[in-house]
Amino acid sequence: MTLDEFLSACRQLADDAPHVIAQAESPAQFADIRTQLVGRKQGRLADLMARLPELPAEARRDAGKAVNDVKAAIEQQLAEREAAVRASSAQADALDLSMPSRRRWKGSLHPVTIVIDEICDIFRELGFTIALGPEAETEFYNFTALNFPADHPAMELHDTLYLGEDTLLRTHTSPVQVRTLQQYAPPVRVLAPGNVYRRDFFDATHAPSFMQLEGLAVDEGISFADLKATLGEFARRFYGGARRVRFGPSYFPFVEPGAQMDVEVDLNDGKGLRWVEILGCGMVHPNVIEAAGLDSEKYTGWAFGMGPARIAMSRHDIPDIRLLYDSDVRFLEQFAR
Amino acid sequence: MIVSHEWLRAFVPHELSAAQLGELLSRHVVTLDGMESLRADLADFVVGRVVEAGKHPDSDHLSVTKVDDGSGELKDVVCGAPNVEVGKSYPFARTGTVMPGGLLIAKRKIRGAVSNGMLCSAREIGLGDEHEGIYTLDTDAAPGTPLLSVLPIGDVRLDLDVLPNRPDLLSQLGVAREVSALTGVPLTMPAELPPLPDSESVGTSAFGETEATADGVTVKLEDTQACPRYIGVVIRGVKVAPSPAWLVERLQSLGVRAINNVVDATNYILHGLGQPVHAFDLSMLSGQRIVVRATREGESLVTLDGTQRALATGTTVICDGDRPTALAGIMGGEASEVNDGTTDILLEVAWFDPAFVRRVRKAVQLNTDASYRFERGVDAAFTGKASGYAAALITAVAGGRITAVLDAGKARTAPAPVALRVARVERLLGAPVKAGEIQRTLTSIGCVLEADGESGFMVKPPAWRHDLTLEADLIEEVARLIGFDALPDVVQPFRPGTVPDHALHVTSRRVRDVCVAAGLAETRPMPFVATAEHESLRVRNPLADDEPYLRGSLLTTLASRAEYNLSRMQGNVRLFEIGSAFTATDGRLPREDVRVAALVMGALRPPHFTEPEPPAYSAWDAKALAEEIASAAFPGSAVTLEPVNDSDRPQLLWDILVDDDTIARGRVVRVALDRPVWADEAFGVEISLGVMSSHDVAPAGEHAHVASATAGRTRSPWANVRYTPLPTFPAASFDVALLVPTDCAAAKVEAVLRESGGELLERLELFDEFRGDGVPAGFRSLAWRLTLRHPERTLRDKEIDGRRARLLQTLERELGVRPRTS
Repeated sequence: MTLDEFLSACRQLADDAPHVIAQAESPAQFADIRTQLVGRKQGRLADLMARLPELPAEARRDAGKAVNDVKAAIEQQLAEREAAVRASSAQADALDLSMPSRRRWKGSLHPVTIVIDEICDIFRELGFTIALGPEAETEFYNFTALNFPADHPAMELHDTLYLGEDTLLRTHTSPVQVRTLQQYAPPVRVLAPGNVYRRDFFDATHAPSFMQLEGLAVDEGISFADLKATLGEFARRFYGGARRVRFGPSYFPFVEPGAQMDVEVDLNDGKGLRWVEILGCGMVHPNVIEAAGLDSEKYTGWAFGMGPARIAMSRHDIPDIRLLYDSDVRFLEQFAR
Repeated sequence: MIVSHEWLRAFVPHELSAAQLGELLSRHVVTLDGMESLRADLADFVVGRVVEAGKHPDSDHLSVTKVDDGSGELKDVVCGAPNVEVGKSYPFARTGTVMPGGLLIAKRKIRGAVSNGMLCSAREIGLGDEHEGIYTLDTDAAPGTPLLSVLPIGDVRLDLDVLPNRPDLLSQLGVAREVSALTGVPLTMPAELPPLPDSESVGTSAFGETEATADGVTVKLEDTQACPRYIGVVIRGVKVAPSPAWLVERLQSLGVRAINNVVDATNYILHGLGQPVHAFDLSMLSGQRIVVRATREGESLVTLDGTQRALATGTTVICDGDRPTALAGIMGGEASEVNDGTTDILLEVAWFDPAFVRRVRKAVQLNTDASYRFERGVDAAFTGKASGYAAALITAVAGGRITAVLDAGKARTAPAPVALRVARVERLLGAPVKAGEIQRTLTSIGCVLEADGESGFMVKPPAWRHDLTLEADLIEEVARLIGFDALPDVVQPFRPGTVPDHALHVTSRRVRDVCVAAGLAETRPMPFVATAEHESLRVRNPLADDEPYLRGSLLTTLASRAEYNLSRMQGNVRLFEIGSAFTATDGRLPREDVRVAALVMGALRPPHFTEPEPPAYSAWDAKALAEEIASAAFPGSAVTLEPVNDSDRPQLLWDILVDDDTIARGRVVRVALDRPVWADEAFGVEISLGVMSSHDVAPAGEHAHVASATAGRTRSPWANVRYTPLPTFPAASFDVALLVPTDCAAAKVEAVLRESGGELLERLELFDEFRGDGVPAGFRSLAWRLTLRHPERTLRDKEIDGRRARLLQTLERELGVRPRTS
């Protein structure tokens, strides 16, 4: 082989290289092409190098230089092409970050549970724990121990569902008051949420079973001033701000004095602030304290009861109480957070 | 209970507006349910103040004025009255107001001048005949104030929510007493009510006997328990006719329809003074007798409402000489009803026992104004006076003459005195109340106080307050009369309570969080169902007969809720509930099991572009859910899901066992639903969290206090958890693919693997199940990955191979299970 022939082969390789390199579209192809051109063992450049010994000794210097030039040129082209290929491949593989996340289903708590939780949390801050009691009760715990006079119109305040002669579905959570006082010595500070039952038709505003929430504080020296302060504090923490509360007369056989608490709230219906009754309350009747085997001279206490469903309904503008029971998933998932 | 603002003012001539009165009563006496103006036609009229007035350019007698109606914008109003004066206020009808005559006030032009409303004369707003000029209001009220609140016109009805402890408030007189106590304005009998008749002039029976006769008429009490006192007043020569206008108006102010002068007078006494009164046509009373006696067999009565009522034998009723003629305390009989031709009447003014009236009223299911009051308690000390007022009123409005008063029986005794300690008032209210203040407030409602020692009183409640029997009752009176809002509210230091959080509450909270995290929605469905396994769980007196049973399973209600959603085309249903399930017991009360239940169906995940059609919930997802919930419910305990292979109950998948329990704590099931074709299969999980104790804590009047304040508290489940040291040597893992007969449970194979893997076996994962090509019929291929680790050294390959070989030998020996070779 002559030097000219060798130089011509070098030029040929230099001319072919850009076309070959341009075919590399992906990193994988790129590796192949690199091998094909400048691979150490069997690339075209290696082939040329292998033929160097065939040249006359005086020609090898020029031939070597020519090969090196070609190699440098190809290497540079390869580097440029590689950068270009990498860039375009990165672009092709990049995520479209505007697309939606892959979510799981969101669970939710019932709106009435949410209200109960918030109330319980506030009273927990005020030193209360949670007491529970059975929904199927005796007349003793539901009425007698709570100072309901037998065969008296006061009984008509509670339309009762009976299970047996003297057993019934509790009409309020107040039986838990008596059970708790019988079981634990004062000081007692408990909250009793629970299901209660009334003999009512199931319509937009009534349900034969609904949640109630009871509170009870019994110790020496507990007074009406304490009741007012604690329940007022609760209302301000629950409704927020410098909420005004007021207390008016009411009657429940198991408290004396008996009262109701109104809170001044804005129901967001454009009618502005107004008084809304949110709970019944009073000083625990001495007969209730005695029924639980405690000395009513020594121990005094206060109690309150409220309906969290009513609060949930007014809070969320729920017009029909049946929505709280239907369990329509489209309703329930509105309370997922 | 309706009271009339005007009628109250006839008793107590106070100066409060109806709104002020309502506020006063609701703060101190009784909840005010509502107020209704009887001149509702004037509700839209406001006070308008004339701020400019000038002559109309085109008229001699018209003026053009600018009126401030409180809206913030002065209104141009054309006025024809000669007396319009700048600075004065007049009744103003804005545009849009409808006049009592029906005319709509609209914006219009009067001889070229715009008029936006109308200043009104007295006649125009129905206040008389005066129409010479507009009605000048004598008021300082701001422009825009509703006219009804500044003019003493039209009566206002107040609707009071009188609760069963205050029967004394069930009359105008009763409420008037409270108004008098609160305002300090003395109570008087209304001027329209004639004075009590002079008792000397009529024949009066001896007092206290159970039989009284005079003027040929007899009253006889055979049941003095049901009817302790009965006053019969004989009035002869009445002329039944329409009532005078004032009486009609009084009754109408409460919404009571006028009938005739005699009946209206009795209704006046009922609603005005709180004493039910009945007038018999004396000529219709056989034997001229009233006998209060027990019914005999077969007796019945047609009451005033025209209903024939069978009477249970032995029920005490009002009879004449022959037969029943009135339901005592409830309703009179049709036969002896006063009619247009009646001339002689017997007026019944009696006191019936509340429990007796309640019993009969419930038996005959007839609630009347009379029974309502007798049941709650009518003032027994007022019977005599009430009979006098009733007779006087009848003779005043219907003529006639009182010829006899037959007073049989004795009044119930007055309320007993109650001791009240000044110190106890302070203790209960949390604020000192001066003895003088206690005396003033209690005296104002009719109590009589005598000093009792140095720091107390003996308080004699008024006859109409039988609810005041205890010291606390009197303290309530003091508190409400002072005003609950006037009492201090002081946050006092408190001692921490002794009651631990109820264990079922603590458990429920944990379970709830797991369910929400698993993507379930909490629900609180109605716990009644249409059928039950046991009759004794039936509510005895359900209001509706379609769902009279208490549920025995929460899944029953969740299934019906799922169907509710399916019927609304909602196929992705994930619900959970924590609530009670009831089962009958031999004891008095059913067993009340607090449970958590979950129902899942539909897509396991929301669709995403990477997974447009996510898989549906499968039995495996339900199993995982059950495991998660059970672990949260019983932390620190071992939860096992035991397959149930019960061909009779194929819907049962697994029993949930906790620790070494032999009785399942819960179950996982396929839920049978009324399911449309597009809906997926539903799975249910139900787990008992614990039984709610319902036995008596202690007998009545006793307690069973636990000695220690920490009793009842459960130890933290975390206390049993011991830390495992982190590994320092590498693990080795290998896979085994086995041909397992289809009737051999994977768990059985796992047990052998675990057993022979020994202590070095760190993890065992079933990662493949395959049936088909290469797997013989009756077999499946199951593949496990085993991870082994020695705590103190690196395992050698030879060791692992040896262990693998032994493991396969054991499997073959014990279960006949061989590796899959292909």
